Amino acid sequence: MKTETTLGIATALTCALGLASAAHADDMSKDMEKCYGVALAGQNDCAAGPGTTCAGTATKDYQANAWKLVPAGTCESIETPHGMGSLKPKEM
Amino acid sequence: MRSHRKFARNFLGGISGGPVPEGATSTAPSETEHRFRVYRNNVAHGLSRALARHYPVVERLVGPECFAGLAALYIERHPPRTPILTEWGGRFALFLAETETLSDLPYLPDIARIEWARSRAYHAQDAAPLRPEDLRRFAERIGEGLQLYLHPSTQILQLATPAGSIWASQQPDGPRPPAPDQWCAETVLVARRGIAHVITVVITPATGRFLAHLMEGANVAEAHSHAGDGFDLNAAFALLLENALIVGAGHREDQT
Amino acid sequence: MRLPAKPGLGFKPEHYPAIAETKPDLGFFEIHAENYMGAGGMPHAMLERLRQDYAISIHGVGLSIGGPDPLDTDHLDRLSALCARYEPESFSEHLAWASHNGIWMHDLLPLPYTRETLNLICDHIDQLQTHLGRQVLLENPATYLLFEESDIPETAFLAEISARTGYGLLLDVNNVFVSCVNHRSDPRGYLARFPLEKVGEIHLAGHEEEELPSGPLLIDSHGRSVAEPVWALFAETVSKTGPVASLIEWDNDLPDFATLMAEAERAGGILAGASHALAS
Repeated sequence: MKTETTLGIATALTCALGLASAAHADDMSKDMEKCYGVALAGQNDCAAGPGTTCAGTATKDYQANAWKLVPAGTCESIETPHGMGSLKPKEM
Repeated sequence: MRSHRKFARNFLGGISGGPVPEGATSTAPSETEHRFRVYRNNVAHGLSRALARHYPVVERLVGPECFAGLAALYIERHPPRTPILTEWGGRFALFLAETETLSDLPYLPDIARIEWARSRAYHAQDAAPLRPEDLRRFAERIGEGLQLYLHPSTQILQLATPAGSIWASQQPDGPRPPAPDQWCAETVLVARRGIAHVITVVITPATGRFLAHLMEGANVAEAHSHAGDGFDLNAAFALLLENALIVGAGHREDQT
Repeated sequence: MRLPAKPGLGFKPEHYPAIAETKPDLGFFEIHAENYMGAGGMPHAMLERLRQDYAISIHGVGLSIGGPDPLDTDHLDRLSALCARYEPESFSEHLAWASHNGIWMHDLLPLPYTRETLNLICDHIDQLQTHLGRQVLLENPATYLLFEESDIPETAFLAEISARTGYGLLLDVNNVFVSCVNHRSDPRGYLARFPLEKVGEIHLAGHEEEELPSGPLLIDSHGRSVAEPVWALFAETVSKTGPVASLIEWDNDLPDFATLMAEAERAGGILAGASHALAS
């Protein structure tokens, strides 16, 4: 039994190594280019954590808004077993 | 000191919606409140956008207006307790789960779990993958007792909803979201391949159990025996190797 | 260690490919310390690569030097570790506060200028400089409000801090313009009182303008090109100081790298002019 498992693990690893060894190459500059090329196109495969800024950005008045917590994005196209995404007007 | 403390307390009170702090003024006193609002808005806007950068798919799913409202509530309930913005926002999934108006989107908290895991993976410590020839040598020498050490970014999420597939459907050129009759729990692997590529992969529950046990310190044979029905060792190794996630191997005592 | 007396840019990861490809002629790049406190990944990989070719300025935004609370010692340790890892030519922070009772607002908030706050800030700065084992630069803020308690002018406040602690100063010329317009005072008067001999770095940035009944309210947005009156103040300042490391800050509505380079080149032209003027 022991030999069998040992062989099994070694064989499985060797087999997987044969298939995957090409993916080990890790070229940082290529990675960076690809990552930021994609990021600039608006995908977030390389989503960075948010940045801090020491600049003022907003002049819109946040306190004056009464927030409506009604989801109204792409969830509308996702159907769950309980029905479509929430479009019932609920307010906090 | 006492008066500066009082000043700071009043100022923060104003930031979170209270009156303009005592002593604040301007060359045109009637405009003081307007000027104070620059700070109030800047804090709210800055934190709201920071949260949106952690949770772009949640924002896309609920829409920007709803997200801004959720962010405002989250900021009030869980303000940052760290000077590092990338570390703030970890309780958003729980917060979404507690928000009643979102109860028809049961997958939303799971989406937030995935996105938080992605942020963690993005910033996780670097570790170079083990060279294939070294790995092969370890496997042949140690066999059953082989211990594998995974990249520090590796996280296994057990989700009650098909949030992994829904997350994928929200990416550019992503697949269609799962239909109601395909609705099921999902296990998702989030990790970073190399320095840049954060991966989000739906895996089988058996592979999830196998990886979770490896991460807890089980050797390959032990993890294999805990993986349960339908486990494919070859596929699990291929997944780890393709994504450069095996960063060390050895016996329990002699890690490389 | 000093930053070269040349123009620099705030580093934005989006511009990394352009920088790696063109190796632009810049004196330095500046980064916000708090964005490089993760354990690994892209942020550090890029910064390490950048460090090989450029001088680096680390600019802290989260220490809350002007706040009433003791400085966060964990954060001091993180700043120390970051400085040890990258050995930046400059480290700077703000005359502002950001946290109280363990909660961080992530904004640079204003404070009254009094004996009490002066003593407090000097203590904080001594602690920071001791912890980092290096001189630090303190930046003048952009402000939208005044405080009745303030009884020391901002320039005198900064001059006294610098005299007592040995702190250098980071002169943000856009902040001078924004604050002076907002408080209806003369930016040239401000600069005439500013201890220019202590300036180790200059910041330049764009601002937004809003009209109030009493006149304009300027917002330090870092989201557009440097305004003409700010360029004029910059030229007048460096004609007195000689060339100083001068940063273009652009954090919001980020343009392409060429647009940032054009701003940096304009700053470079003005610095070169100042150098000739002093030599002749």
